[in-house]
Amino acid sequence: MNRSERTEQFTQKARAVSATVKTVATMDDALAYTVDVCAQKQACAILASGCEHALSDPAEELCGLKQWEKLIAAPNLEDRDTESLISLCRQAGIGLIEGGLAAYAGGIDVGLSLADFAISETGTLVINCPDEDLRLATMISEVHVAVLNSGDIYADSYDVADKLAGFFAKSDYTAFITGASRTADIERVLTLGVHGPLDLHVLIIDGQPSS
Amino acid sequence: MQTADNLGQYRKQLAEALENTFQRKALDNFAVAYRDGRDANFAGIDRDGLIENIGTAKDAAMSRLDELFRKFCQKAEAAGAKVHFAGSDVEANEIISQIAAENNCSRIVKSKSMTAEETLLNHFLENRGYEVIETDLGEWIIQLRGEGPSHMVMPAIHLSRNEVSRLFSEVTGKQQDTDIEKLVKVARRELRQRFVSADMGISGANFAIAETGTLGIVSNEGNVRLVTTMPRVHVALVGIDKLIPTVFEALQVLKGLPRNATGQAITSYVTWITGANPSAASGSGRKNMHIVFLDNGRSALAKDPVFSQALRCVRCGACANVCPIYRLVGGHAYGHIYIGAIGLILTYFFHGRDKDKNLIENCLNCQACKQVCVAGIDLPRLIREVHTMVEHGGKKPVLSSLAGFVLKRRPLFHALLRSGRYAQKPVTGNSPYMRHLPGVFFRDHEFKALPALAKKPFRDQWDPVPFSPARPEYRVALFSGCLQDFVYPEQLLSGLRLLAGGRIEVVFVRQQGCCGLPLYMLGEHEAAADLAAWNIGSMDPGDYDYILTFCASCGSHMKENYPHLLAKQPGTGVRAERFAEKVIDFSSFVMRMGLGEAKEARAEKTRAAYHAPCHLCRGMGVRNPPRRLLERAGYEYVAHGEEETCCGLGGTYSFKFPEISATILDKKMAAVAETGADILVTDCPGCVMQLRGGAQKQKRPFEVRHMAEAITGKKR
Ligand code: SF4
Ligand code: SF4
Repeated sequence: MNRSERTEQFTQKARAVSATVKTVATMDDALAYTVDVCAQKQACAILASGCEHALSDPAEELCGLKQWEKLIAAPNLEDRDTESLISLCRQAGIGLIEGGLAAYAGGIDVGLSLADFAISETGTLVINCPDEDLRLATMISEVHVAVLNSGDIYADSYDVADKLAGFFAKSDYTAFITGASRTADIERVLTLGVHGPLDLHVLIIDGQPSS
Repeated sequence: MQTADNLGQYRKQLAEALENTFQRKALDNFAVAYRDGRDANFAGIDRDGLIENIGTAKDAAMSRLDELFRKFCQKAEAAGAKVHFAGSDVEANEIISQIAAENNCSRIVKSKSMTAEETLLNHFLENRGYEVIETDLGEWIIQLRGEGPSHMVMPAIHLSRNEVSRLFSEVTGKQQDTDIEKLVKVARRELRQRFVSADMGISGANFAIAETGTLGIVSNEGNVRLVTTMPRVHVALVGIDKLIPTVFEALQVLKGLPRNATGQAITSYVTWITGANPSAASGSGRKNMHIVFLDNGRSALAKDPVFSQALRCVRCGACANVCPIYRLVGGHAYGHIYIGAIGLILTYFFHGRDKDKNLIENCLNCQACKQVCVAGIDLPRLIREVHTMVEHGGKKPVLSSLAGFVLKRRPLFHALLRSGRYAQKPVTGNSPYMRHLPGVFFRDHEFKALPALAKKPFRDQWDPVPFSPARPEYRVALFSGCLQDFVYPEQLLSGLRLLAGGRIEVVFVRQQGCCGLPLYMLGEHEAAADLAAWNIGSMDPGDYDYILTFCASCGSHMKENYPHLLAKQPGTGVRAERFAEKVIDFSSFVMRMGLGEAKEARAEKTRAAYHAPCHLCRGMGVRNPPRRLLERAGYEYVAHGEEETCCGLGGTYSFKFPEISATILDKKMAAVAETGADILVTDCPGCVMQLRGGAQKQKRPFEVRHMAEAITGKKR
C-alpha cells in the first residue's frame, strides 16, 4: 500500500468507529479547526454529559468545580503553535490549559494532541504519552482532536512493533486510540462516551514528510 | 457463580435460569448476532492461520514461563515498578492489601480483571475496610447488585435497562430515566469523582511483555486509562499465563482477541505501561507502581502434558457465546467464576473439585466451543479429561500395597498405635518416653527414645465448634500429622486456642492420612504418591485458603515433594501444586494473621532460644517469622550460632547412625546452654522429640517447647 492508500484505509476504518476524519493543509488549519469545534460546542451541558442529569451530590459538586468557561487543553504543542493557539483562543473567549490537567477532572471541552503515528488496518492512533498531562488531555476531554501526519500512517500493527519496543525501552505509557470511548454493557446497545471522550476528531496533515 | 452442593440443587438453579425470560431473550439475540457477525469480523484475515499462530506462540511462552518471568521482573524493576509473585489467590490478596496499607490508601478504583474475580479480591479488600469501586460500567452494575459476572466480556448481559435504571435511582438517590444513553452518562459522572478521590488504582492486564517489562491492557470504555493514571498508586494483578516474549506476540493476540470477543477489529483503547510513569498525585512525582503476578496453579498447569493448553486462553468469552447451554442458562448457572467451556476446565484447577463437580456434567460435547476458540484450545477434550478426574474424586482407585496397608486399615493402624500405648507401659515405666512403637513406617529400624503415646489422640479431642465462625475471613484445613495427632496432641490443642472464636474457620478432615514422608524416605515412592493423592483428595485445595500444619516435616514434604510425586499423572500434578501452594507452617500463619501478641508486657523477660527445623528453614524457606513471633509473644529472643544446624534426628537417620546423631545433638545443646536461655523453641514435633530427649538426658536447665506451646502456654 502506498501513502494515499494507507490514508484512505485509515480514514475509512476510523470513520467506521465513528471518528470524524478531516484532511487539513497545515498545523495552523488544525489549530483553527480545534478552536472552532470548541466554540461550536456548548460547555458541558449540550453533550448530555451529565450536568443536566440527576446526579448524586458528590458527583454534582465535581461538576461544579469546572469553570463555566470553555477550555481547551493542549499540552504537547510546539512553542510556536502554542502561541498561535493562545491568540485564537483569546479571540474566541476560550481558556487554554497546557499543564496541571489533573485539577480539571470534572471535564475539559477539547483536548488537542499530536499523534506519533497510526495504523490504517484498524484506524488506530498511537500516542506516546508518558507525560501525564498529555495522557489526561486524551482521557478527560469531552472531545479529543488528534493531529496526524499522513506520512506517519502504517499499514499494519506489525509494522510498528519495533517503534513500540523502542518506546517501551524505558518507563513509558503509550496509548492505542481507535474511535471514541464506548460501551455496550447495557443490553448490548452501543453507547459512546463512557469514561473517555465522547467524540474523536482526527486531522490529517497531508503532504508533509514523515516526522 | 454456580455454588450448588449437589446435582439436584444445580438442576434447580438451571430450571430457574430457564425461566428468566429477559435473560433468555437477551442471550438468544446475542447468540444469533454473534454467529451471524463472526465471519465478517475476520474479513480480510487468515483466521485459521492466526488461531494457529496464537496457539503456538502461547504454548511456546508457557514452556518458558520462569525465564519470561525473570526477564519481565528485571525490565519492569529497572523502569521503576515493583514486581511481586503470589503463589495462591489468598497470597495475592494479602500482597495487595499490604501495598494499600503501606501506602495509606483507603479508596480504590478498579478496572475489569478476571484474575481479581478469581481471587475474590474485592471481597477481601472490603473485609479489611477498603472502599473498592469497579469502574467498568458492567462490573460496576453487578458490584452494586452484589453479583458476579455472567459473561467474561459483558458481565451484565443478564440485566435489562429497567433493572439498571432502578439500581441507579437507588444509588444516586434521584429518579433515573430508562434511556440507555442517559444511564451511561450518569455512570460517567458518578464514577469520575471516584477516580479523582481514589488513592489506588487496581487493573488487570492482557499482556505482560517480558522483553521490555511492559503491561498491555485492552478496554473500550477508557476506565483503564483513568484507573492507571489518576491515583498515586497503581497495582496490576496479572496471571503468569499473560507473560509473552515480545511486543510482536502481543500484537498477534490483539488481532484475534477483540475480533473474536466483540467483533471489533481492535478495542477503543489499548494501554501499554512500562514501569513507573510521572504522576502528579504522587509525592515523589512518579507513580507508585506494583505488578502482582498470580500463579494459583498456572505454573503447574503449564507443565501438564494434557492441560497446559488451557493457559492459551485469552479470555475472549467466545466459547460461551456459541455454547448452546450458555445460551439457555447464562453465566451465573454456567460457570463458577470463569464462564463457558474454559470455565468448566479452569474451575477445577483454580477453585477445586467441589465447585466444578456439577458444572462439569453440563456439557453436550458438541464441539462448538472448540471451533470458535481463538487460541485453538481443544476445549471438549479437556472437559472430558476433567470429568474423569472429578469422577474419581482426586483419589486413585488402586493403592499400592504399603500405602493401602496404612490407609485402608487406618482405624486398625490407630488401634495398633493405641494398643502400643498399653504395651509400652512396662518398658517406659513412669517416664513419658517409650522404647518401641509399632514399626509400620519404620520396618525393622528400632525406634529409640520415642515419647509415649498420648492417652487420647488429637482426633478424639477435636471440637470444631470454636472454629466455625459464621462469616469466616479465612478457611483453613488443619493437617495434623501422625506425631502430633498421636503423640503430641497438646501442641495442636494449645496452638489452636489462638485461632478459636475469631475470623478463621478451621476444618479437620478426619480421613486425612500420614503425609507419607516416612514412606518416601524408605524409597517407597509409589506408596508415598498414593498417600499424597489421598490427602489431596481429602482436602481439596480449592476449598481452603491455607492448609495449616504444625509439623515442619509434613509441611515441607507436602510443599516440596507432593508436586514431584504426582507430576506424571495428568491433572493430578496440577492439583498437587495447588495443594502445595496453600501449605503453611504454624509460625508463618500466626504472623500472617497478626496473632500471638503478648497480652501484657513482662518486667522480666523469659529468654527463648530457637531451633530452626531443617524442613522449615531450608525445606519451606521460612526463616524470619518464628523469630519475630517469639518477640511478638513477649520473649527475649536469644540467638545462637547453631540455630539452623540439624538437630540430628533426620527421620530414621538417628537409628542408623546413633553416634553421629548424638554428637550433633550435643553441639546444639551446648550452643543453646551458652545463651542462658530458659526455653528452647522449635516448630516441628520431630525436633521437639529429639531435643527434649537430649535436654533431659543431659539434664540441661532449659525446657524444650513447640512454638504453639511457647506462645500460648505459661511463661516460665
Ligand atoms: S462442547 Fe460443551 S462446552 Fe463446548 S459448546 Fe458444546 S456444550 Fe458448550
Ligand atoms: S477458551 Fe478460547 S474461546 Fe474461550 S475465552 Fe479462552 S480464548 Fe476465548
